Amino acid sequence: MPPALALRGITRRFGSVEALAEVDFSLEPGEIHALLGENGAGKTTLMSIAFGLLRPDAGSISISGTTTSLRNPTDARRHGIGMVHQHFTSIPAFTVAENVALAAGWRLAPHESAARIRRLAETTGFAVDPALRVEDLSAGLKQRLEVLKALAADARILLLDEPTSVLSPPDAEALLRQIAEFRGRGVATVLITHKLREAITIADRVTVLRRGRVVHSGPVRSETPESLARHMLGEAADSSPGPAPVATSTGGTRMSARTLAVPRLGGSGSGLREATLTLQSGELVGLAAVEGNGQRELFRAIAGLAAPSSGTLELGGTVAFIPEDRTAEALIGEFTLTENLVLSQRSAAPWIDGVWIDWRKAEARAAELIAEFGVRARGATARAASLSGGNQQRMVVAEALERRPAVLLAENPTRGLDVRAAREVMERLRSAARSGVAVLVHLTDLDELLSLASRIVVLSEGTLLELPAGASREEIGRRMLGVAAS
Amino acid sequence: MSASRRIQGLVGLWTPLAAVAAGLVVLALALWAAGYDAPAALQALWRGGFGSQDAVLSALLPRAIPLITIGLGIGLAFRAGALNIGAEGQFYAGAIAATWIGLLLGSWPRVLAVPTVLLASLTAGLLWAAIPAVLRLRFGVLEVIGTLLLNFVAEALVSWMVQGPLQESKHIYPQSDPLPLAARLPILPGTRLHLGLLLTLGLAAGLWVMLRRTLPGFQLRATGANPLAASVMGGINTRRVFALALGASGALAGLAGGFEVSGTSFALFQSLSPGYGFTAIAVALLARLNPLATIGTGLLFAALEAGSSAMQREAQVPAVVVWVAEAVIIIAVVLADAWRRRRSLAEAGT
Repeated sequence: MPPALALRGITRRFGSVEALAEVDFSLEPGEIHALLGENGAGKTTLMSIAFGLLRPDAGSISISGTTTSLRNPTDARRHGIGMVHQHFTSIPAFTVAENVALAAGWRLAPHESAARIRRLAETTGFAVDPALRVEDLSAGLKQRLEVLKALAADARILLLDEPTSVLSPPDAEALLRQIAEFRGRGVATVLITHKLREAITIADRVTVLRRGRVVHSGPVRSETPESLARHMLGEAADSSPGPAPVATSTGGTRMSARTLAVPRLGGSGSGLREATLTLQSGELVGLAAVEGNGQRELFRAIAGLAAPSSGTLELGGTVAFIPEDRTAEALIGEFTLTENLVLSQRSAAPWIDGVWIDWRKAEARAAELIAEFGVRARGATARAASLSGGNQQRMVVAEALERRPAVLLAENPTRGLDVRAAREVMERLRSAARSGVAVLVHLTDLDELLSLASRIVVLSEGTLLELPAGASREEIGRRMLGVAAS
Repeated sequence: MSASRRIQGLVGLWTPLAAVAAGLVVLALALWAAGYDAPAALQALWRGGFGSQDAVLSALLPRAIPLITIGLGIGLAFRAGALNIGAEGQFYAGAIAATWIGLLLGSWPRVLAVPTVLLASLTAGLLWAAIPAVLRLRFGVLEVIGTLLLNFVAEALVSWMVQGPLQESKHIYPQSDPLPLAARLPILPGTRLHLGLLLTLGLAAGLWVMLRRTLPGFQLRATGANPLAASVMGGINTRRVFALALGASGALAGLAGGFEVSGTSFALFQSLSPGYGFTAIAVALLARLNPLATIGTGLLFAALEAGSSAMQREAQVPAVVVWVAEAVIIIAVVLADAWRRRRSLAEAGT
């Protein structure tokens, strides 16, 4: 029997970056095939190509032995391919039946759709009451509905992009059990996941991507979490040096969190579970974590933006926070750079006198910072939205350092920056640490993080682990994936 | 650099003027198409608003006072991102309170009675706006819905008041007794112009300074522009700012109700307001939420309303035709704004 889906020699570039290089991937009828890889390894790019969201630069796609080209998702759906995205794509105010009918293109009376959904639920096991409104469903049921929508459109090939990342552990288990039970009813499934145990529990085969190339592909039977982690992180990683040891003569504790727990923010992720962490003056601590493992909550609790549910937090001075989303959280686009500076410095600034703002003084300081940090802008009265991403981030970093913080939090501060701007931001963090600031930084790229940090802590499913000085890259990578020490 | 800023400043000034011109042109065309004597009608419109000293002092300015006062409040709320469209109801809440308290204070000296009446109206407007603020922050009911629906409640309340607790002693008409002299605002002799004009001009100047030069004003603007960044970077309690701005805008609308009762009508009755609370939204928007510009746009809309009565009297043109002109002005301003925003986004994108 030909494979349900075969991708051959797929290559895709984004600008100068080669996201995928001659990737071969085949999905057998009826199997569950786990697709693993670090952040940026190319998993989502590969699945986007299989779903017609992206066109490959080279390579071919064949479905049940017939070579086809997928121009868009509608094309992919016509060929029986369904995709479940990381985030919910249903309309909250509509009922389950309405959402399914919309996704599958049914033109039926409401009771007919409901009956059809019940029949589908019986044959597939993905049961959701068709009359319920989506906004009233739990996260687990919502994700089950996403799968049901794909199946209602007669999908024979299911692409699941981290379907459990937004679910609590019991909901995630229930969904996986369902996917496993569903195996062998003629539907082939690709499961993208960061959770190695998930892959080992339910998949038949596994393919591992590293930096856009397939580094391993085979049956899951013979794999362990350790062996999969080794594939993902690379053999060479074993010998690569870990972070430099902590500078010993530091100037005292600047932040101390004890058994700090924070409920999850927004709809997804794990929240923070009883984390204990201290930051010393002059150290640059790297926080390694896969998205949604509690780093958002940790940063915001220290910055005073999220209320802990338990635990204590002691701070030795001002906390400055560089949030991940520049345009949404760090800057007001329609405000000038001067106004953004005034916003960030709050009420303790030389230009504030009681309730009055001395704009001339603020503008003069903004102009100085623009020059000092190399922000390319028309001047202090330029609107923040008129700057490029790199220059916006230079301004945000300048604002954070201008607060003379005791603790500096940087949440993925190089996101979306070109190499030069990213290097500059990292150099600013380094020099801040040298001048005695306690810096906590999270970067999605583990190699960048290792090159920057003097000490690494790992967050996995909300649990914080301190790693001994000199822990290897592989050890850190395995901890991020929730694999215990060997 | 400075040249481009100067051009931007001109665009900012020219769009409202062009919008007004467009509104008047459409009005003239509509009059002509409907078979009226357009030049005569437009002349009557002008005379009604600006034609004589009497028109200005007794028709234009008394109408401008509530429009400016309410418009200032709406501008403040919109700047903070609170879409208060319940100024009509807040105006009536203020009018009820002013009537009630004013009727009780006949024996007080005027210097105490008038401030008390105004304070009562302001407080009533504040409380009326506090309801949708609480509904929004506690229960997630959008303030657009809350403020809008409370308009109907306030109107029903007035209707009940003037047939019940506040009805005149003779119990014939659905209106209150006239306010005692002690509770009335001083009036320029021989006109209908009252002291509220000076107060509201002072308020406009004060709010302008607050938004430009003070930290609370800056925090209010930041909250409206990007509440997330305002709280993450600025440490601003944006919920508090939102509630305060909505409350303040209710207080100003309530104050306008107090001005109307103690300065113009001297009594409470149904349809005391010819829709001031809604027209003032247009006043604030046309002024781009700028307090000083609100004075100008308030005068413009007052002139249109005063002129429309004259137009009806002298040229037999129904006054509602003027609403067409008002609507065209608003639509033109909104379109010009949207166009400008898209252009500046396109420039930022390059």
